[in-house]
Amino acid sequence: MTGRRTRLTALVLAALLAGAARGAPAPARVVSESEVHEVAGGLRCVVCQNLSVADSPSEMARQMRAIVRERLEAGESPGEVVQYFVDRYGEWILLSPRRSGFNLLVWAAPLVAVAVGLAIVSVLVRRWARAPASSGTALPVDPAMRERIRRETEAER
Amino acid sequence: MSRRPWRWLIPLAALPVLALLAYGFRVDPRAIPSPLVGRPAPGFTLTAFDGTPLGLEAQRGRVVVLNFWASWCYPACYEEAPVLERSWRAYRDRGVLVVGVDIQDTVEAARKFMRDFGLSFPNAPDPTGKVSVDYGTYGVPETFFLDRRGRIRAKHVGALTDEVVRTHVERLLAEPAS
Repeated sequence: MTGRRTRLTALVLAALLAGAARGAPAPARVVSESEVHEVAGGLRCVVCQNLSVADSPSEMARQMRAIVRERLEAGESPGEVVQYFVDRYGEWILLSPRRSGFNLLVWAAPLVAVAVGLAIVSVLVRRWARAPASSGTALPVDPAMRERIRRETEAER
Repeated sequence: MSRRPWRWLIPLAALPVLALLAYGFRVDPRAIPSPLVGRPAPGFTLTAFDGTPLGLEAQRGRVVVLNFWASWCYPACYEEAPVLERSWRAYRDRGVLVVGVDIQDTVEAARKFMRDFGLSFPNAPDPTGKVSVDYGTYGVPETFFLDRRGRIRAKHVGALTDEVVRTHVERLLAEPAS
């Protein structure tokens, strides 16, 4: 009698354990909150303006953080998790554009603008620095010009 | 210094900036083209409000109107709910399936919404938000039109009108099944 009961209990326990194991699979690896934060911090919160998924208190962002955690726990790399979102939302979901292809223009344009600006300033500065030196020696006023200036200033009076 | 004949060209430098602004101000920054259009619709299995399983796998060969909504989405979802119900009744005999996915909602509020509008097409809650993220939704309402081969062919953001549904559904119905 007791033997049968122990066997029954053992069976029930085993079934329960198996069920628990099936219901909540152990994560392939342990994922820290900061790992989730890092991935979520690069994703745009889709329901708010200019907030990351890590910073938004919205329900949607909370669900997206849960998805990030779940995918990381399943063994995906942070890059793969980000790609999952990019595949569905486009690169718009990324808070900073990727440094590749056409996007390089966005990264390069400010540097190019600064370089061009520096070049223009240096050319102008050199030209201004030269100007007073040349004006002293050059521009000899010939008699005809002197005569014209005299005539015109007198006409002014 | 001598006169520079190309000086009049300087204002031309403003042209690219003006062109960029002219383009930028005409484009809605919140209208983001979905990368999913043209791709196979992500599969899902949800449990409908009536307890039956709801998925797309069994629906191959049917044109599907997949609508994401929420009871708190006022007024757009309230405007389009009658449109969806009308479309379901008009097209169900022609093999069109209307499916509603309720996101970020409470079951009670969602049930009341469905009761108020007399929705008779299958609806399911998406408690984890996985389906809505799988479809790249960033708000409600959003509607996807799936062809008979299970590919996403169009996405509509905002309230549906009879005209929008008719245009997409008739176009997809006119296509051969395979």
